[in-house]
Amino acid sequence: MDCVVTGGNVKVLAKAVHSLSRIGDDLYVEPQKDGLALRSVNSSRSAYACFLFAPLFFSRYTIPSSYAFRCKMAIKSVQAVFRSLVSLEKTVEKCRIELDDQKNRLTFTLHCKHGLLKTHNLSFQDSESLQAVFDKDSCGNVFRAQPRLLVDTVVHFPPSLEEVTVSVSDDRMWVRNHVEDEAEQSKAMLTELCLAADEFDHFAVQAQNRITFCLKELRSLLVFAESTGLPISMYFDEPGSPVVLSVTDSVLEGNFVLATLSDDPNHCKDNNRRTCTQPPPPPDDFMNDDMDSYLIAMDTSIAPVPSTTGPSTSPLVASTCSKQPAAVSHRSRKRNEEEKGKEGDRTADLNRPPDKKFCSLFFGSVLPPSPQMSTQPITHQNVLASDSEDDTCME
Amino acid sequence: MKFRGKIVDIACLNHFSRVITTISKLTKTCILRLTPDNLFFVLCGKVANGGVSMWCELSQANFFDEYQMEGMNPEDNEICLEVAPENMSRALKTVQNAKVVKVKLTKKHCPCLTIVAELPTLSSVSRVVTHDIPVDVIPRRLWHEFKEPTVPDFDVSIYLPPLKTMKNVVDRMKNLSNFLQVIEANLNGEMNLKIETDLVSVTTHFKDLGNPPWGDGASQGSSSSQSRDPEAMAEARVDIRRLQQFLMGQQVNPSKAMCNIVHEKVVHLILLHDDMSLQYFIPAVV
Repeated sequence: MDCVVTGGNVKVLAKAVHSLSRIGDDLYVEPQKDGLALRSVNSSRSAYACFLFAPLFFSRYTIPSSYAFRCKMAIKSVQAVFRSLVSLEKTVEKCRIELDDQKNRLTFTLHCKHGLLKTHNLSFQDSESLQAVFDKDSCGNVFRAQPRLLVDTVVHFPPSLEEVTVSVSDDRMWVRNHVEDEAEQSKAMLTELCLAADEFDHFAVQAQNRITFCLKELRSLLVFAESTGLPISMYFDEPGSPVVLSVTDSVLEGNFVLATLSDDPNHCKDNNRRTCTQPPPPPDDFMNDDMDSYLIAMDTSIAPVPSTTGPSTSPLVASTCSKQPAAVSHRSRKRNEEEKGKEGDRTADLNRPPDKKFCSLFFGSVLPPSPQMSTQPITHQNVLASDSEDDTCME
Repeated sequence: MKFRGKIVDIACLNHFSRVITTISKLTKTCILRLTPDNLFFVLCGKVANGGVSMWCELSQANFFDEYQMEGMNPEDNEICLEVAPENMSRALKTVQNAKVVKVKLTKKHCPCLTIVAELPTLSSVSRVVTHDIPVDVIPRRLWHEFKEPTVPDFDVSIYLPPLKTMKNVVDRMKNLSNFLQVIEANLNGEMNLKIETDLVSVTTHFKDLGNPPWGDGASQGSSSSQSRDPEAMAEARVDIRRLQQFLMGQQVNPSKAMCNIVHEKVVHLILLHDDMSLQYFIPAVV
């Protein structure tokens, strides 16, 4: 593998790395035919981000042809290569990324002014591919705005705020802070901002839903978008389905897929409100003490399965989606199970340990190259994995 | 009980925010008293906050373009709320460019002070930000705790040196000290700030500060001002952290800043700005 990034693109690459560093601790690197994919996921698997840089982003793009190379490395090491953005801009003329197979490392060489070469040899670990299953093009609610709009929105919320709730009507979007704890509600300050549809470049509402997700990850995308000036697109359906935030231009695509709270007790306006019951406990090896509702499924089954790749233009849609024994569903479950009353749900919630009721994302693992993977179009909607009762993750 | 105020002037909004920010640096919660003419931020001295008390008075006409309130009842035409000024400060900080800011008392999931700001946008519709700050309504029977403090029978009254200078001195002293700061002053315009530890004692002397003329009617020390030796220092030993906190919160230079010392009892700091006055009492440590 041998890729070279020149000029201003070095800074873009650096910003992408910094942005990903706010998601998770590891950077998953996968040079693909359609571009270099850099991905990260958080430890609770409730936030996933991927930047895909098309071959045209690079002045040279050579990838191993005989095998699919993928690896992961500590993101802090990669950040160290691109530490000072200011000096990157001023002194770095190009950045070369080479794979050193024998020594299991990626060499990042910064060619700077005056003939200075800074070489970083970063070790990596082999890894499975990390891809989230999602299809933003099938989402009902689609918005696109200049980054300034979203930056001006989040500024009203304190930096420490964890979650934010976004609700939409046909011509308005409300953003407010989410207060989870019942006890906190009487003490916490509530902030709500109302945006009009004409402040957006695109505003399409299919269902007047309300979703709650982590603000921190949105902020990290905003930093990237603001510096590159790219408009941000937002895709979501109902609570429980992840929200996808994207930035695109001709040579790069960034997608942030964030889990949303699956049960919004305040959402009483929606007549079709489906309740989401408690998910089955996730497999022990991924169990996170206070987040047992998270789906953490790195499925490594060998059985060939229908893939769920998206339309071929979208490089980021996940590949395999096999049976998920422990996956948390949302929509499929809701339809399968009887609707429980709001009250029943609340009691159920109270019995659980205090945790976030995020339905998390399913991550299919990409097996050694499967011919099915990139050719089958996605046959259905989105994201999350269904529960064990379903045979497939599709509905 | 009703309260509704509207601020349209950017300078007024800015000043109002600054006052609230100053208060928020002094205390986590305080009482907000609303009367037809004034707003008061009050902190009454309790052991929990180290015995300090605060009285901040604003004339509503200096800030609000519109101001309507209806108190508990016609005889007690006042509203008394317990609020966290930091929430108010945070809400106001990001709306400094607002076209209009309204502050009102509302009942949401609990009584709230709601700050609504209309922000300018390029679109035809203004962007509206709403902040609901939970407050506790203080019942009538407790109102007596939050009355305006009387000026104590001080021994010495003196103008303070520039607050920034004082803050720098106190900051450095705090690093050395064991939490106790001695403030002493006399009627000759001299003030000293002292700290004493086992290893070192440091004193900063201020001269020619001037003493405010309180006039015959104002309270003076039990020994009348004429007979008090102008060189004699009245001193009080206070918690340096309280003094530092007070100085840290000040964002603008006041038009007048003075300090009344009751020997070994209390330090009474008074700051007078164009649009508000702030009094802060720090009890002496025995």
